Amino acid sequence: MSVLITIVAGAVAGGTSILYAALGETISERAGVINVGTEGTMLVGALAGFAAVVEVGNPWIAIPAGAAAGAALAAVFAFVVIYRKASQLATGLVVMFLALGITSLYGASYVSADVHGFTTWKIPVLGALPFFGRVFFEHDPLVYISYFVVPAVWWLLFRSRWGLLIRTAGERPEALRAYGVSPSLVRLVAVTLGGALAGIGGAQLSTALALSWSEGMTAGRGFVAVALVIFGGWRPLRVMGGAYLFGAAITIGSVLQVHGVQVNQFVLDAFPYVLTLVVLVALMRREGQQAPEALGQSL
Amino acid sequence: MTDSKKLFRRYRLPLGAAAAVVLAATAFGGASSSAAPKVAVTCSSPSGASGPGTGATTIGFIYVGSKTDFGYNEAAHAGAVALGKACPNIKILEADSIPETSDMTTAAEQMIGQGAKIIFSTSYGYKDYAVSLAKEHSDVAVLQQGNFITPPVPPNANTYFGNVYETVYLAGIAAGKATKTGKLGFVAAFPIPQTLLNINAFELGAQSVNPKVKTYTVFTGSWCDPGKQADAASSLLSEGADVLTQHQDCTGTVIKAAEAKGAFSVGYHYDAQSLAPKGWLTGSDWNWGPLYESMVSTILNGKFTGSVFNTNYSLGFSSKTIPSPMDLAPYGPSVKAGTKALIATAKKKILAGWSPFTGPIVDQSGKIEVAKGKAATAAQLAGMGYLVKGVVGSIPK
Repeated sequence: MSVLITIVAGAVAGGTSILYAALGETISERAGVINVGTEGTMLVGALAGFAAVVEVGNPWIAIPAGAAAGAALAAVFAFVVIYRKASQLATGLVVMFLALGITSLYGASYVSADVHGFTTWKIPVLGALPFFGRVFFEHDPLVYISYFVVPAVWWLLFRSRWGLLIRTAGERPEALRAYGVSPSLVRLVAVTLGGALAGIGGAQLSTALALSWSEGMTAGRGFVAVALVIFGGWRPLRVMGGAYLFGAAITIGSVLQVHGVQVNQFVLDAFPYVLTLVVLVALMRREGQQAPEALGQSL
Repeated sequence: MTDSKKLFRRYRLPLGAAAAVVLAATAFGGASSSAAPKVAVTCSSPSGASGPGTGATTIGFIYVGSKTDFGYNEAAHAGAVALGKACPNIKILEADSIPETSDMTTAAEQMIGQGAKIIFSTSYGYKDYAVSLAKEHSDVAVLQQGNFITPPVPPNANTYFGNVYETVYLAGIAAGKATKTGKLGFVAAFPIPQTLLNINAFELGAQSVNPKVKTYTVFTGSWCDPGKQADAASSLLSEGADVLTQHQDCTGTVIKAAEAKGAFSVGYHYDAQSLAPKGWLTGSDWNWGPLYESMVSTILNGKFTGSVFNTNYSLGFSSKTIPSPMDLAPYGPSVKAGTKALIATAKKKILAGWSPFTGPIVDQSGKIEVAKGKAATAAQLAGMGYLVKGVVGSIPK
């Protein structure tokens, strides 16, 4: 039981940064834009959040700082692909490398700087629940906030007027135009909002989970987020499951090793990717998920 | 962190070395065998000297990570800075964040194009590229930090490293005395011989003062992925480990994770006591300057080929000519006087030539790897492929 708690609690802690990024990417892709640069957006968020906390000394500054940095980079990406009609995939990769370079340069002085980041808050009452208390209610505040962001994104996309505009921009942009709304503007806003969430995800990684900054610290989490959105069928709740599944797979690797189970480390390293891929592809095949029709298309 | 503190950190290694040399010289007059030896530096080739690297006025350094990572790469960079200070006439070229791919060859070729005749290839995984480079450029000396070249070693190449395991063994003593649960946690990157050596040395050091202690090991599959480090640390702490150590290039996350849970930490690569004011025990700290200066002097004198350096060279506390490139970092507040005395005694034994890998060394399966009374040979250490009894963890087969 205690092993299971360790695994699921680790899944939530380790999956949260990916969850934020994947929720942001969900909004972006629902509007018709694949942002492969999410890896870079997370990275600038991680550095901006970390640097802000080091300079100001209050962990909460990480949220606006990470969100602003992520939004700014995503807005640049959005401008290039929407208004200059550049290839979304190619631009995304360029943005990722740009972010890697910028953060290596400006992050050098923050490497191993001491940070008073977020600490673990045990939620009263809920935290005392057997199993669920330790798994869901003994984390940093950014994890708790993500519990609210998931339904908020769902509501935004599927219940609000804004969501209708976003989804139309991703399905039938010409219908939006006929309706008198600029699909370009809707996409720009959606991608920027997505970037803000990815930036917060990066900030969670640096100021709550790892409590350190090092160059390239997102280590592929942004790419995992993009994949989760596609395999998660562009639905917030399923994306959440995918993010936790990925986190769980990493923790399973640690836990098996701690218990001295004879496992091949190189298999363990590939395990999170394989497990997430298999589970989500299996789900996707059964239900025949449809991508937004204008996904990846220029206007 | 304040600017002055950062500056202090950056130059702490060479300053510390200088201080150690001065201290040793004043305290022991340089005569005692336990004093840190001082290296005589040659900065330019005498006339008539010939051989690989002679006449070098430019030296290239290649690092796998950021040279300001406060870890492994910064320590190598600090060595380069020390060399540059000792020899102001020599131009130092540096390339950092160079992956362990043919990018290393490209960087080295560019440096050679700019006149470099000595290349420091400072990452473990550069080895194959370094050996090819040495074969390609017989007039350039290629020095490979860590790893092992299967003999014959090219006349213009080598590998060099510190006997890191000696320091890690001493740090293991501190961990073995500090633990209350009898469980130590080790966050490692890859199961390469260098890392296995460290894990084993840590466990052996701890066992020497606490026979029942166990070291739980997690490999993260990356030299620096703080997210995975956090996960590994949390798994170890959940299992009851109350001292964490690591073999990672970036070290902040594991230390902060231990401190947050009230556990102890043993550092690696640099003195990170400021990250863990309560739980810091000690750690290992690099000082490459004297070894770099010593190798460069030998090369410039035209005496590299066939010298002790022209091999798989490893340097420890017992050297009478060059200070060990690694030593213990300052102790944290919780380390008791008795523990310090135990460590001092063990260090004295190592200084006198005793190896922490003196048999019987038994692996996890109970097989005797080093016979009773025998010390492990350099090749046995460099090719370590097992974990000792008492380590919980597994090596991919």
